[in-house]
Amino acid sequence: MTQLPGPTAKKLGLVIDLDTCVGCHACVISCKAWNTENYGVPLSDQEPYGADPSGTFLNRVHSYEVQPAQGTAQLVHFPKSCLHCEDAPCVTVCPTGASYKRVEDGIVLVNESDCIGCGLCAWACPYGARELDAKEGVMKKCTLCVDRIYNENLPEEDREPACVRTCPSGARHFGDLGDADSDVSKLVAERGGFDLMPEQGTKPVNKYLPPRPKDAEPQIDILAPFLEPIAQDGKGFVGWLDKALSALPGGAK
Amino acid sequence: MHPAPSVIIFTTFSGLGFGLLFWLGVGALVPGGLSAFIWFTIAYVAAVGGLLASTFHLGHPERAIKAFSQWQTSWLSREGIAAVATLLIMAFYGAGLVFGGTRFAALGWLGAVGALTTIFTTAMIYAQLRTVPRWHHWTTPALFLTLSLGGGALLGGQVSETIGLLALAGGLQLYAWAMGDKRFQRSGTDMDTATGLGHIGKVRAFEPPHTGTNYLMREFIHVVGRRHAVQLRAIALGLGFVLPVVLLLLPFSHIFAVFAVFSHIAGVLVVRWLFFAQAEHVVGLYYGKR
Amino acid sequence: MSLDQPPLDTSPFVSDEVRKTTCYMCACRCGINVHMKGGKVAYIEGNKDHPVNKGVLCAKGSAGIMQHNAPSRLRAPLKRVGPRGSGKFEEISWEEALSLAVDWLKPIRDTAPEKLAFFTGRDQSQSFTSFWAQGFGTPNYAAHGGFCSVNMAAAGIYTMGGAFWEFGQPDWDHTKLFMLFGVAEDHDSNPIKMGIGKIKARGARMIGVNPIRTGYNAVADDWVGITPGTDGLFILALVHCLMKAGKVDLDYLARFTNASVLVNDDPKSEQYGLFLRDAAGQPQVIDRRTGMLAAWNGMGVEPDLSGTHHAKGITHRPVFHRMADRYLDPAYAPEAVADRCGISALRIRAIAADLARVAFDEAIELDRTWTDFRGVTHTRMVGRPVSFHAMRGISAHSNGFQTCRALHMLQIILGAVETPGGMRFKPPYPKPATAHPKPHCKVTPGQALDGPHLGYVQGPEDLCLDDDGRPIRIDKAYSWENPMSAHGLMHMVISNAHAGDPYKIDTLFMYMANMAWNSSMNVGGVAKMLTDQNADGSYVIPHIIYSDAYSSEMVAYADLILPDTTYLERHDCISLLDRPICEADAVADAIRWPVVEPDRDVRGFQSVLCELGARLDLPGFVNADGSQKYQDYADYITNHIRRPGIGPLAGFRKGADGVQGGRGDVNPDQLQTYIDNGGFWIEHVPESAAYYKPFSMDYQNWAVKMGFYDVVQPYIFQLYVEPLRKFQAAAQGIGTRQPPDHLRGQIAVTMDALPIWYPPFEDGHVDPVEYPIHALTQRPMAMYHSWGSQNAWLRQIHGHNPLYVPTKIWEANGFQEGDWARVSSAHGAITVPVAHQASLNENTVWTWNAIGKRKGAWALDSDAPEATKGFLLNHLIHELLPPKGDGLRWANSDPITGQAAWFDLRVKIEKSGIPNEAQPVLPAITSPVPKAPRVLAWKVGK
Ligand SMILES: Nc1nc2c(c(=O)[nH]1)N[C@H]1C(S)=C(S)[C@@H](COP(=O)(O)OP(=O)(O)OC[C@H]3O[C@@H](n4cnc5c(=O)[nH]c(N)nc54)[C@H](O)[C@@H]3O)O[C@H]1N2
Ligand SMILES: Nc1nc2c(c(=O)[nH]1)N[C@H]1C(S)=C(S)[C@@H](COP(=O)(O)OP(=O)(O)OC[C@H]3O[C@@H](n4cnc5c(=O)[nH]c(N)nc54)[C@H](O)[C@@H]3O)O[C@H]1N2
Ligand code: SF4
Ligand code: SF4
Ligand code: SF4
Ligand code: SF4
Ligand code: SF4
Ligand SMILES: [Mo]
Repeated sequence: MTQLPGPTAKKLGLVIDLDTCVGCHACVISCKAWNTENYGVPLSDQEPYGADPSGTFLNRVHSYEVQPAQGTAQLVHFPKSCLHCEDAPCVTVCPTGASYKRVEDGIVLVNESDCIGCGLCAWACPYGARELDAKEGVMKKCTLCVDRIYNENLPEEDREPACVRTCPSGARHFGDLGDADSDVSKLVAERGGFDLMPEQGTKPVNKYLPPRPKDAEPQIDILAPFLEPIAQDGKGFVGWLDKALSALPGGAK
Repeated sequence: MHPAPSVIIFTTFSGLGFGLLFWLGVGALVPGGLSAFIWFTIAYVAAVGGLLASTFHLGHPERAIKAFSQWQTSWLSREGIAAVATLLIMAFYGAGLVFGGTRFAALGWLGAVGALTTIFTTAMIYAQLRTVPRWHHWTTPALFLTLSLGGGALLGGQVSETIGLLALAGGLQLYAWAMGDKRFQRSGTDMDTATGLGHIGKVRAFEPPHTGTNYLMREFIHVVGRRHAVQLRAIALGLGFVLPVVLLLLPFSHIFAVFAVFSHIAGVLVVRWLFFAQAEHVVGLYYGKR
Repeated sequence: MSLDQPPLDTSPFVSDEVRKTTCYMCACRCGINVHMKGGKVAYIEGNKDHPVNKGVLCAKGSAGIMQHNAPSRLRAPLKRVGPRGSGKFEEISWEEALSLAVDWLKPIRDTAPEKLAFFTGRDQSQSFTSFWAQGFGTPNYAAHGGFCSVNMAAAGIYTMGGAFWEFGQPDWDHTKLFMLFGVAEDHDSNPIKMGIGKIKARGARMIGVNPIRTGYNAVADDWVGITPGTDGLFILALVHCLMKAGKVDLDYLARFTNASVLVNDDPKSEQYGLFLRDAAGQPQVIDRRTGMLAAWNGMGVEPDLSGTHHAKGITHRPVFHRMADRYLDPAYAPEAVADRCGISALRIRAIAADLARVAFDEAIELDRTWTDFRGVTHTRMVGRPVSFHAMRGISAHSNGFQTCRALHMLQIILGAVETPGGMRFKPPYPKPATAHPKPHCKVTPGQALDGPHLGYVQGPEDLCLDDDGRPIRIDKAYSWENPMSAHGLMHMVISNAHAGDPYKIDTLFMYMANMAWNSSMNVGGVAKMLTDQNADGSYVIPHIIYSDAYSSEMVAYADLILPDTTYLERHDCISLLDRPICEADAVADAIRWPVVEPDRDVRGFQSVLCELGARLDLPGFVNADGSQKYQDYADYITNHIRRPGIGPLAGFRKGADGVQGGRGDVNPDQLQTYIDNGGFWIEHVPESAAYYKPFSMDYQNWAVKMGFYDVVQPYIFQLYVEPLRKFQAAAQGIGTRQPPDHLRGQIAVTMDALPIWYPPFEDGHVDPVEYPIHALTQRPMAMYHSWGSQNAWLRQIHGHNPLYVPTKIWEANGFQEGDWARVSSAHGAITVPVAHQASLNENTVWTWNAIGKRKGAWALDSDAPEATKGFLLNHLIHELLPPKGDGLRWANSDPITGQAAWFDLRVKIEKSGIPNEAQPVLPAITSPVPKAPRVLAWKVGK
């Protein structure tokens, strides 16, 4: 089972738009809430009201500051959860077979009842996408909401990951990245979606859309200044105004 | 990486134990009766104790049996199988020596190969990890093997083998440290590839996702001060390699030998502490900690 | 090994039932689906049908389950047993609590109702609480708007009949250039995020104007890192550029704004600066058809934007001429303002050109016919697809009112308000200042006040002053110090009550406001005022009653605590009479209802007021026979009638032919119908009335039908606000009601009828050389003020807050990661951790708001990071400006509205040692609630 199924035809995953993510953490909490109540053991919290609170989260939003060689620094909010890699090292290292990648859609899951909590899969993941739950001692990770996306107890429109459903700015997209005609694949093609740490050879399914270019510096053209003045002062303006008004419909005075 | 006592103890003592089993298996020393019993007890206490220690960091040790199932892909699974197989084989081999006074040489050689395999698979658990560039290198299994064999030889009183192996291991260790310090940088993984934002400019972690700590930070982000590291390396080298060799080069004395063993163990513990504590996991990049 | 996978149920059971109500983790009021399992709350998600959030939910909303179950929840009424501020209480019964309250309140109502000051905070039932206060007869009622964003609200109402946030929004579907001023999160939290997502998906452009580049400003295509307090100047420079280039919408200005209204231009006239009016009092314009005077709203009138009028030796010029005189002045040229704003002249010119290009060259047209109030039918709706949104970054300054006005002027001259692609109002807005009540303050012992407390003054005659010209209200609202204080001044109540200025009070009654902590300017000082004793040992503020749901810092300072329920345990009414949840295309209101019953001895505060009102015999709260009129809040929501046909909820009222929205009789099944409908009611604006709402007869008629007002009342935008001129004239000696001399100068300068800019007041009171740095706070998106820290999930995201420092200051002080700094203002000092941020105005430092917590509060351990590393900037702020040697203490507020000037703060910074804890440390308070659990694994299902 820790053998990878080989390239799956269907590659369900997320596309995250770094141009749009405002860093609100909504996806972080809706993920925590859904996955605490659903798939497997709850995501526990240690010292939740104490000096050093910490807990299990399957999705976390970082932020980075990027300083271009020229111009102002930019800030990029950066959500990160499991990328459901095609060559998932977290799966092959697992000694128990608890970690596996689904044949039918490529989702990488942990079968908690087989997990011994050795942590090796988390070591193998370059992205920090797996967290060992401190209370239950089993490995937790993004399930791509496998218990939502096919769930017949949910209305059809809700069969998408909790984080995608909740994202206020629409920065998260869910779909089949194995299908070149899917909306997500088109988005990736249009916007130049990229992989995180491609050199790690994990072949992530999730893609990131880069921030659009920012802070276009104004270029002044001496011959055609931004706005041609029509007057220099109030008086001149009134003169212009009278002319302009008479040009408006019904304006002959 | 977090230098958890359980993994440090595990790698140190199971290394020694399997190292000693190797020498017993190849027949470098062929004790019998009570003395065989003592030798094997030492080897098993070290090997099994180490293995048991490693289960302390498991969330569900009671399910450990499941860990034998994934030998096709998982080095950890392979290690488990190799370790148990070796221990079983060597148990028969040992029983022969203790009770029958007979050496089943084939069994011994098989056990020795098993011990080597076990040590190698243990090393490969770490060396396979591309996420930890310092480990992802041939020096990791090479060091594990030479250290285990050297330590085993030392335990087993194989003076010249010990001197040779420990000298080799010491050299390898120096090389591994020197290379290891650069390997993260050379791995090709950096802030730019981690975030994909390098084309815009220089990337710096601004705000972490949580102000508190989390499993990833506890497990993967451990920073050892430079000066501290240099001191520890000197201590590790002195205790683990130089001092035992020097003690063995002196005219033989049991006291010296015992000192050499303890010194070596202490040194290896430090080596292993450094092995983990200095291993930078690429996930630290996301936290701006590399 | 084989590749068989473990069996997996991909259709697990989700919940027994979904109960739909309204979120209250903040004031945005999104619709939520509460999934129930075995009678317990299992999971909360957004309601896809809801007009506000359309299914999305923010971090706070999703974490509602942790707020609802927080260990900090109060459990029963509390009576203080230790000294005030200690946090020592005993739990008492509701009967005892209510009798105690009546014992305190009854005597004051019978003799001097003004001795009760009733102020509410983060509340959404102001039409109800004010009704109660009115019945009590005290003039001393307001909510927290005075320290929040009254500048934004009042400037919007006076200028164009509505402001941003819940009153208006960009036309997200059509706008091509969106400019955001001074917003971190806004009240319209999810709608703004959804809007930004929408325009990004369309590839439209966004410009963020903010000293700090995080959040929305981080995703903006262009970031303008302005110097705090200078937006007015920047905006007027844009106006300068646009006018100078003639890039203004003349037709729109002429028809729909008072740019065409004639103003007396004779400085020697008593009427100088006032409108020329006809006998009926209507402001006059010149009709282009005839060249003659005409009322602005005459049928068929084509107002002339340029025509002047001379009569009896006095010249009357249209407002637009005055605007040209003022804004074409070189003082507003980009080159003249660039340094002060921290924006290059080139950049300002480029932005002006962009605005002009998009507004005029990329104009859009909708093929929709509509008729204006002059009877003119237009066959198209012409859109100027530039839109703006702004919030506290421009309003929480002492020049905020005028800055907000300037921004409204900018969008209006572009023709971008209520036109496609521009800014659109949300019903029941727009509603001009004249359609709002005026403030009322006539006190009669034992009787109700003479009318609603809060409103919009039209001139000095409407101020709340006694015969000696002294303020009637404890917060000095509607006095010469801040004549247009439309939301009151909650931040002045405690200090005025403590000082006995203008008089002493007996009972301070507060609801849902953490006034002893994050909503106080001057935290330490307020704590002292609340605990200060007279010589005889009695407290200077004799009684304090407070309603909170949680163990907040303020709880410790009350004598009697009325514990509220959580938002999932009570009825609430999000009413059109209050703060609407409408969209530009629809009118909507909503309820909350008890999706679970409280498991503690707590009661919804509004229900408690129903009972307290009855026990006090307040008009409106008792029946003719003296019995309690409303059994609880649900009863009030259903049965209260404000005006004929109008009640708290506009949906599902009883009409002649069944249930109808808008006007109608009481419907006993109303609440159940709301519940069945998902917790809200919505009705769409007719398509022909979707734009030009203030001017559109279709909209006006629809608004009357719905009951927003009783007669059609179209109006034009007030670029020139005549009431401001009236105050200015008074300051110049005109009229019978005169300000005190020391305020004349301030009023004359600041209350200009056309938008102006003046430097923030703090600049004139502290030495800008000694205190060269601006210090700001921002709302974290995942936290709501002080509430969030009791939430086990949210506090992991923001458990403490560094002070972010720009590169220049970082390097000048040689800061390193992990360093701390001492930050001081003219008023106080704090010692706090620092962190580096390059994408920040070079003279600005900032931190997240309200993360710091007092030890002992919120059921947190006393070594919680919120208390040891977290901090408040409020220690550096004061409700008064430092003395400047004129013998007076000037308020740290906008002189027009009284809005607290939080963001005028100036500081200096120096590296410090690393203390054990962020300084200052206030002593711990005793927690009135039991200790919290050490581990949480909250799963209610099996
Ligand atoms: N430095 C700085 N200070 C600021 C600001 C700033 O920008 N910078 N902003 C200011 C602004 S705009 C505002 S609005 C204020 C906000 O400050 P506050 O008005 O103090 O707001 P909160 O902290 O949200 O909470 C008020 C209280 O309501 C209680 N509460 C929560 N839910 C309920 C409930 O259901 N029922 C009852 N009865 N009580 C409940 C909470 O426990 C809390 O004690 O802060 C102001 N302070
Ligand atoms: N998540 C969350 N949402 C909230 C709240 C909350 O506590 N948490 N609070 C609610 C409340 S009570 C309110 S009042 C609203 C407030 O909503 P916002 O107005 O968005 O709130 P602030 O965080 O005060 O943001 C002020 C912004 O103005 C910027 N700023 C400060 N000075 C200037 C200036 O001079 N010029 C410009 N251009 N920008 C400036 C600051 O950098 C900051 O980004 O949010 C509401 N929504
Ligand atoms: S992101 Fe990490 S956990 Fe997820 S599949 Fe890839 S390697 Fe495995
Ligand atoms: S922690 Fe669990 S899932 Fe991960 S490698 Fe170990 S057994 Fe497999
Ligand atoms: S897909 Fe589901 S499990 Fe994965 S991050 Fe989103 S909400 Fe969490
Ligand atoms: S919910 Fe959306 S906008 Fe918010 S942090 Fe997550 S991805 Fe970004
Ligand atoms: S913005 Fe968030 S907290 Fe506020 S009402 Fe909406 S979901 Fe609730
Ligand atoms: Mo506010």
